[in-house]
Amino acid sequence: MRRDIFQAIADPTRRAILTLLVTGAMTPNAIAGHFDSSRQAVSKHLQILTECEVVTAKQTGREIHYHFNPEKMKEIDIWLEQLRKMWIDRFDQLDDLLKDL
Amino acid sequence: MTNNFVFEPNLAAKTIRVSREFNAPIEKVWRAWTEADLLDKWVAPKPWTAVTKTMDFTVGGIWLYAMVGTEGQKHWVYAEFTAIENGRAFSTIGRFCDGEGNPIFEGPKSYHDNKFSTIEGNRSKVDTLITFEDESTIKMFVDGGFKEGTIATLNQLDELLASE
Repeated sequence: MRRDIFQAIADPTRRAILTLLVTGAMTPNAIAGHFDSSRQAVSKHLQILTECEVVTAKQTGREIHYHFNPEKMKEIDIWLEQLRKMWIDRFDQLDDLLKDL
Repeated sequence: MTNNFVFEPNLAAKTIRVSREFNAPIEKVWRAWTEADLLDKWVAPKPWTAVTKTMDFTVGGIWLYAMVGTEGQKHWVYAEFTAIENGRAFSTIGRFCDGEGNPIFEGPKSYHDNKFSTIEGNRSKVDTLITFEDESTIKMFVDGGFKEGTIATLNQLDELLASE
């Protein structure tokens, strides 16, 4: 199934998980401890976040830690910044056109 | 004079709010947003130019134009008008196009809602709410208005989308 960043952040629990992970890597159990949802439900969210590449799982000894991946978020910022510039440029051109209309 | 430009993405809601004030009466601004010969003069950020192929500004009608680059490369932009409130508001659905400007109906869509209002001093304000379906729709916007020098980023984006 196709995953993208918007699926990652569309769900409030996933947004909360991301907020937790921004402060540092955590084990699935530690993450689940912050939520009322079942361990299974949290695990499903972690799987989706991993598929969306906003979170990476790293094995350390016997434990798995989930890390936040800021690079993925940065990409979105770059596209949005380009889009913002595009709107600024076209609106400046529209100003010029309106002067003569 | 400040133009109060707003560009406000809300990724969780998959929306971008764009707002801008113009130093012209609403009638002129409306014309500039809805008449093909005027649109062609401003929608393509330099050095790109816009060339409208089809414009039917009625509900159900379409606006199809090409963003043409300095080397003749074309990005087609397709918008279908879904609602028109004359002089006040209109909405469109945007779709991807193939190289010949044919819309790809099963592909991701974007939605634009544009509202026009008069503000103090016979000036005007346009509020646009863009709603998109996924990452590739943002790519479509950027792709459609791309400038030279940022192609490297676009290629990275292509790779990214291909790997997903």
